Formats: sequence, C-alpha cells, structure tokens
Amino acid sequence: MTKLLEWLLGVSVVVTAWGLLTFDLLDLKVPQVYREVVWPMPVYLLVVFGCYSIATVGYRVATFNDCEEAAQELQAQIKEAKLDLKKKGLKF
Amino acid sequence: SQGTGAYPATQGRQANKDKYSVLLPTYNERENLPLIVWLLVKYFGESGYDYEIIVIDDGSPDGTLQVAQQLQGIYGAHRVLLRPREKKLGLGTAYIHGIKHATGNFIIIMDADLSHHPKFIPEFIQKQKEGGFDVVSGTRYSGNGGVYGWDLRRKLISRGANFLTQVLLRPGASDLTGSFRLYKKEVLEQLVDRCVSKGYVFQMEMIVRARQLGYSIGEVPISFVDRVYGESKLGGNEIVSFLKGLLTLFATT
Repeated sequence: MTKLLEWLLGVSVVVTAWGLLTFDLLDLKVPQVYREVVWPMPVYLLVVFGCYSIATVGYRVATFNDCEEAAQELQAQIKEAKLDLKKKGLKF
Repeated sequence: SQGTGAYPATQGRQANKDKYSVLLPTYNERENLPLIVWLLVKYFGESGYDYEIIVIDDGSPDGTLQVAQQLQGIYGAHRVLLRPREKKLGLGTAYIHGIKHATGNFIIIMDADLSHHPKFIPEFIQKQKEGGFDVVSGTRYSGNGGVYGWDLRRKLISRGANFLTQVLLRPGASDLTGSFRLYKKEVLEQLVDRCVSKGYVFQMEMIVRARQLGYSIGEVPISFVDRVYGESKLGGNEIVSFLKGLLTLFATT
C-alpha cells in the first residue's frame, strides 16, 4: 500500500468515526457532552499538528549544528594536501 | 578440505576480504579532485581497508580528466580508476557505469567537492560491520551531524523539507537527501535499477525503495562543509521540483 493510500485510509477511518459520533448516525443516543467535544476535534487536531510542526522545525533549526571545526580542519588539510601532492609531482 | 575440490581454498580467504569502491562522479572538479583523492588515500591508508577510487568524469571542459590521469600516475592504476563519459549524463547512470567497473563488494558514494569528508568512511565501515547493514547513510540532522556554511534561510528550508518528508514518507532514516552513503554492491544495483527520479529526489527514492525491499539502514552523523552554497542559492525552481518529487514518491511508494 502506498503512503498516499495509507493516509487516505487513516483519514477515512477518523472522519467516519467523527461523523458517526457527531451526527449520531448509528442512533447510539450518545450523550450531548461527548458530541460537543468530538465535533470540533478535526480543527483542534489540525491546529495542534500545525503548532507541533512549527515548534519542531523551529527547534531543529535552532539546534542545527554549525561545524566550525570541520571547516577549519578541512582548510588545514587542503594546505597539507597541496604541499604533499606538489612533492609527489602533481601539476595543478 | 582437500578431497572434493568443489570448494576452492581461495574462496575461504576472499570471504573475509572486503573491498570498498568509492564512486566519484565529477564535473568541473579540477581543483577539488586531487584534494579528495589525497584525503581518501590518507584515511583508507590509515584504516587498512582495501579500496579503489573510480573517477567518473562527464567530459569536464576544465581538464578534470587530465588531473585524474596524473593522480592515477601518482597513486597507481589499481587505486585510482578512470571511467570517463563523454558528456554530462546524470547521477543514476554514473552509478550504474561505476558499479559495472567496481571490483569491491561495497560501494561508497559521495560528492567530489569536499562537502563530504573521507574521515567518516572508516566510521561508515565500522557501523556496517557492527550491524550488518545493507546501507549506511551519513546524516546531517541527527547525533552530532551538522553543516558549515548555511545561513538561516537555508537551514530553515532544509529542516522544513526534511520534516515534510518525515511526515509523508516515514522513511526510517533522518537524512533523506544526503548523498554520502555506503551500500553493499548488490543492494546498490537493485536500487539504482528501480529508481526513476532525478537530483535530490533520486537520493530520497533510494532510501525509500531500500526500506520497501526490506534492506537495513544504519546511520552515521557527518559534518557537511558547504563551500558552494554562496554561489548557487537554493531557488524557487529547486524547491518546486523537490515538492513534486516528494509528492510523487508519496503517491507511488
């Protein structure tokens, strides 16, 4: 199953459950309190996911390692390499 | 056992002998090629692993091939192999071309512009031996992996794109667009055969297909030193084609 199909399946299940509870389609006589909580859930969940995404990406950008030492080490090794290669006869 | 002759003695010896073929597709890397080869020779030499470097030059007009020939003279034709092509033909075909000439049982792919540092290769090899992994991928996003030379905008785009990829594809690897990896040779052959995308998305597709086929993937944090970013900004076009590729993978895998 492709990821798209997995998502469609998951979304269908959630929407069906939401629809059944909110509109009481199976005539289960669900208490009003539950229906009031379930009804705005899709929007709440989207908002929560949006906030989670922003927070996660923000955190990851803020903690993205800056490899200063790696850059310096590379510069030093480049110099060393050029000297050694010249000795070995490389014509740059 | 001496009697049967059905199991040659050399087979037992070779079974313990791993050889690593480094594929270096190059285009206009006249300045960087000697440096990357020097670093590869240094770190492989120190580690004692058997290796070869396969330079796949796509008809660079700047004389990359001539420099490669000099390097072959310095380090030997058993260490530096030249398998050039006439013009720029793309990465997937460069891998196929390289694999055909590789005598190693492991293939290492990396960039030739010094953004990937050979010092990580012994770590890749160690990781592969530890876990018996089919693929070992260098990651900039986890552990003490990181990047040098990226501004805030670039980091934001990178992390944002990676987040989106993780949500949509749940790939089981933290860095999908990275191209510093170690593959078992037969695994790479299988994957290149099945992949159809180009550019960043090609590297993503390789990992996604590897998971699909049940291959195991290990990760090693790497540092990525970007000396090119200043010259080639990540523009709208590339972002759009990345998104198209991501959605295609989402819908087809």
